[in-house]
Amino acid sequence: MKKAIIGLLVLGALVIYSVAIRHERPQLSAPQSLTTNNSSATSNANSTTTSGSGTPPSNMSSGSNMGMSNGQYKDGSYTGTVADAYYGSVQVQASISGGKITDVTFLQYPNTHSESVYINQQAMPYLKQEAIKAQNANVDIVSGATFTSQAFIQSLTSALSQAS
Amino acid sequence: MKQTKLIMGMPITVEVVGADDQQLMKMVFDYFRSVDARFSTYKDDSEISQINRGLTPEKWSPEMREIMELAEQTKRQTDDYFNIEHNGRLDPSGVVKGWSIWRASQKLLDAGVNDFYIEAGGDIQTHGHNAKGEKWRVGIRNPFNINEIVKSLQLSGEGIATSGDYIRGQHIYDPHGGKLSGVRSLTVVGPNVYEADRFATAAFAMGRAGIEFIDKTKNLEGYMIDDQGMATLTNNFTEYVYA
Repeated sequence: MKKAIIGLLVLGALVIYSVAIRHERPQLSAPQSLTTNNSSATSNANSTTTSGSGTPPSNMSSGSNMGMSNGQYKDGSYTGTVADAYYGSVQVQASISGGKITDVTFLQYPNTHSESVYINQQAMPYLKQEAIKAQNANVDIVSGATFTSQAFIQSLTSALSQAS
Repeated sequence: MKQTKLIMGMPITVEVVGADDQQLMKMVFDYFRSVDARFSTYKDDSEISQINRGLTPEKWSPEMREIMELAEQTKRQTDDYFNIEHNGRLDPSGVVKGWSIWRASQKLLDAGVNDFYIEAGGDIQTHGHNAKGEKWRVGIRNPFNINEIVKSLQLSGEGIATSGDYIRGQHIYDPHGGKLSGVRSLTVVGPNVYEADRFATAAFAMGRAGIEFIDKTKNLEGYMIDDQGMATLTNNFTEYVYA
């Protein structure tokens, strides 16, 4: 009986702990800031995340400053803190030369494959956007979300109207 | 030949180029019926309903074990965005759909059929070519007008799945309590329909971040349509685009 109570207490503590952890996570969510927006950079209000504009991570756990330069940043190589993305950890290393970011390397990347992702100044993948427009191309099949009940009724109604 | 049946509460269409083989069609549809009998939460005597009434794991069928393992794996891979447990009940339909389409395709391949597609509730596995000898032409439905398509893709061997506001009345949950607003539909193309389906479901629950998740996940491409009718494409999505 005692063991059971202790077990329950431990379990309870774990639950509380995991809930607490959960609450912290959304703030650290890197993907939020990656949402593509062609029109304005100001829409990325989430300041805790690394932005896609080439700014190095704000929290630098280590750095090797090698003198001043004319640019915005001090030359050197900087390792960012580990940030918890929705689906894994992200950690980057930025290289500054001549005051500018010359490289950003992912030391940790939420990916099941271990190869380091090496990219240029455009720090994160930039996704294209377009306005949707109806196509009249002939297709063999259509992919779509399974009908919501409303859409289902709409479709059924149109089918029935043809059938009547 | 092409046939559509209503199974698992949704229209399932099989098209096989050239062949006129009723037995082949029957085999595929019978398979879906067996999946429905085992996994339907709407059927009191299904295995999943028995599990929700307390059937212990050692009595589960190998198929059920496989599905539970795949669901658990997907949950891990998507940081809990994919979760088959809601209110203490298990509903693995989010993984069963893509998995069963994929399995049914393998049955056709085993039977020596090469040019076909299987579509169930908007999720599709393609293989080979259409009757014109071209890649299968797959449209993405306009979420604002179900009679229109907004994109036309060419697929041969890939799977494609689209997640929207609801999956047949079954809500897609955000385990982190976020709101799902903003995204109307998310289409994912993957190496097979199982991969496309489970990641489309999970990524849709992530809201706008979902398309970034798809972009970063190897072998997946995606097309997200938001409330405003703007689409966001993953970096290599255009490789599949016909028009």
